[in-house]
Amino acid sequence: MSKQIKVALIGNPNTGKTSVFNQLTGLKQKVGNYPGITVEKKEGVCKLPRGVKAHILDLPGTYSLNTTSLDESVVVELLLNKNDKDFPDVAVVISDVENLKRNLLLFTQIKDLKIPVILVINMADRMSRTGISLDIELLEEKLDTKIALVSTRKGTGIDRIKELIADYKNLSISPNVDTTVIAPDYFDKLKATFPKEDLYKLWLVITQDVNFMPIEKNPITIAASFATKSKSELKRLQQKETILRYQFINGILKQAYKVDINAAKGLRATLDKVLTHKIFGYLIFFVILLTIFQAIYDWSSYPMDFIDESFASASEWVKDTLPPGVFTNLIAEGILAGIGGIVIFIPQIAFLFLFIALLEESGYMSRVVFLMDKLMRPFGLSGKSVVPLISGTACAIPAIMATRTIENWKERLITILVTPFTTCSARLPVYLIIIALVIPEGRFLGLSYQALTLMLLYLMGFGAAILSAMILNKIMKIKSKTFFVMEMPNYKLPLIKNVVYTVWEKTKSFVLGAGKIILAISIILWFLGSNGFSDDFENAESIVTEQIKTQGFSDFNKSNIESSMASYKLELQDSLNQKVYALDQAAISDSLKTKEMALNEKATNQEIASYKLENSYMGYMGKAIEPVVRPLGYDWKIGIAVLTSFAAREVFVGTLATIYSVGSDEEDTIKNRMAAEMDPKTKKPLFNLASGISLLLFYAFAMQCMSTLAIVKRETNTWKWPAAQLVFMSLFAYIVALIAYQILK
Amino acid sequence: MITTVAQLRRGQKGIIKEFADGILPIKLLELGCLPGNEIELVQVAPLKDPIYINVNGTHIAIRRSMAALIELEIIEDSPL
Repeated sequence: MSKQIKVALIGNPNTGKTSVFNQLTGLKQKVGNYPGITVEKKEGVCKLPRGVKAHILDLPGTYSLNTTSLDESVVVELLLNKNDKDFPDVAVVISDVENLKRNLLLFTQIKDLKIPVILVINMADRMSRTGISLDIELLEEKLDTKIALVSTRKGTGIDRIKELIADYKNLSISPNVDTTVIAPDYFDKLKATFPKEDLYKLWLVITQDVNFMPIEKNPITIAASFATKSKSELKRLQQKETILRYQFINGILKQAYKVDINAAKGLRATLDKVLTHKIFGYLIFFVILLTIFQAIYDWSSYPMDFIDESFASASEWVKDTLPPGVFTNLIAEGILAGIGGIVIFIPQIAFLFLFIALLEESGYMSRVVFLMDKLMRPFGLSGKSVVPLISGTACAIPAIMATRTIENWKERLITILVTPFTTCSARLPVYLIIIALVIPEGRFLGLSYQALTLMLLYLMGFGAAILSAMILNKIMKIKSKTFFVMEMPNYKLPLIKNVVYTVWEKTKSFVLGAGKIILAISIILWFLGSNGFSDDFENAESIVTEQIKTQGFSDFNKSNIESSMASYKLELQDSLNQKVYALDQAAISDSLKTKEMALNEKATNQEIASYKLENSYMGYMGKAIEPVVRPLGYDWKIGIAVLTSFAAREVFVGTLATIYSVGSDEEDTIKNRMAAEMDPKTKKPLFNLASGISLLLFYAFAMQCMSTLAIVKRETNTWKWPAAQLVFMSLFAYIVALIAYQILK
Repeated sequence: MITTVAQLRRGQKGIIKEFADGILPIKLLELGCLPGNEIELVQVAPLKDPIYINVNGTHIAIRRSMAALIELEIIEDSPL
């Protein structure tokens, strides 16, 4: 490891820094977070000529070393701290040929830190189209560095970067600009106080906090106690420094950089006119959103169904193949179901990030922010919050991951916190079955009540998200810069390679990050549902069999078997009448007997499963929380279903099927069974309008998704926010459901 | 009356005048918003805010409130 050359990639956003990183490292990348903060840390290894290797660190994009955001302070802290294990042997500054002037500002600052620097001028393929000509030799001489002219699109110039890195010891480390001229007296005093320190480094340390309050920061040894100047004075000096640097850069570029103005413009102006147009702009964005929505909601259902079936059959296979026992059940119902619960999200995540990568790469995302910023501002959200909020209607997990594009931490946090309110697709099965049960059929202005209810639930989700964003915006005291300066990058054709890397990386980070937590919780839920401490649980099979012998099946199962038998008889008679096959009387009664036995066995198994669940830990928990859910109109059975819904909301239906001992594959049967369930005290249907609405509202607002909690933990790097979401959303849901039930009952 | 970037019409250009220290965020200066540089209003968002400018060859979007802080001298007879 120690033989590797440590390289840091630094550059303005939108210069193709990530493309350079991808080309240098290939798939040998590691993506993580900087300790304690949510800034993404990307590392990789690159093979250089002559068998040398380089460790490449892709630093967050920054416009200068004057920190105004967490991302930028990561860069500055690393460059100021010689003892950091990532401190670079050589810095590679990536610039874009069209914005060279602005990019050089950062270059000169790094150069002045006396770190060996290589300048990469990217997007060389655009030079002829934009009428730019460069005198590389002159630039190298004036900037006192080595330059690699690169086109990541065409893949040229990468070898030159590698050679320059391998040769980094020959780079000059003398500074470009003498900053001390902006305030000679001040710098003289500094030098007198800290004779051993580098003046420019000191200057950066002192000014680090002027524009920005980092949330968490490693203390740097030379404290900013040298406060002989006020903040506003320091700011003024920073301005002076910026002007000084631009003077230096302009002087050089005048000789070495020529633009033929007539060759430029064109496409950008035309596209901007259409994409930010007051009608077409929104229309195009709307169509793009619809496509994304369609992809997550509809297209991804094919791979998702396939994954669902594959894991179900894998689970069956394990049960059939391995000897029965706790271990087999753990694998089949705990681990496999848990992994299935992770893998099932992959299609949605991949689709969403495919689109997001395309939008980001092409430069369109900035236009979206431009269009939506004013609309979202009153709610403390950014134009960039739109995509996460909308994709939350499919699934909150990819949506929350998509908030990474929001640079402002407060806006991002608010977006993360409110996104789970939007109606995700997992709520749909619950909504559908309860609406079918309790909302009367009938029409209002030609629209069915049931459809209206569903729409209302969607609207309520959005409303809750927007409202809570507004409240959070008011009460959260997070220091983050309110100013809004956003670069509008040029339009580019997305590089397939970069898109693929993004999709791959996001999917991987979900599976490895949130996946662990999801797996752990689903194993716990499995354990609670399939284990019990009482004798009743241990002897469930014999108790239930005995019960059936003496008292017969439960009323519902009895009538269910009767009706099944009756229809089977009719069917049989029909086929006999139509002479499909000819049977004698004995064969008919045989066939009827077999059918009845099969039905009986199924009913027995269902009643055993039901009895077991009732007496499992989960069952006891359901009974324990009955006093809590009683005021909402639920009994302990619904209580259990609400608890297991924590794994994923759609589990509600499956759990009720198990408790009511009906097969979960027959949706109509579940509905009929639910409709037949009576309140033991009032002798009225348990699922009535009041309890139904109460359930719908509870599911609309409660935070019942461990996967979402896991991803929020991952994205915010603390359990604080997911815990707050769990408590507040569930409490809110409880209160709303309580009020609804008490009014309607 | 003082003319600022917020008053520019689409396609109009101006030269940034000297401005008082410390008003504008350093980020804006880094992107080239410095006295003497030319600034052009490229687009206005449909709801009048934010605005999209080209300063010194860099295309950036800023909010109207910030634009009102940048004083300039309008270059007249700019073709629309």
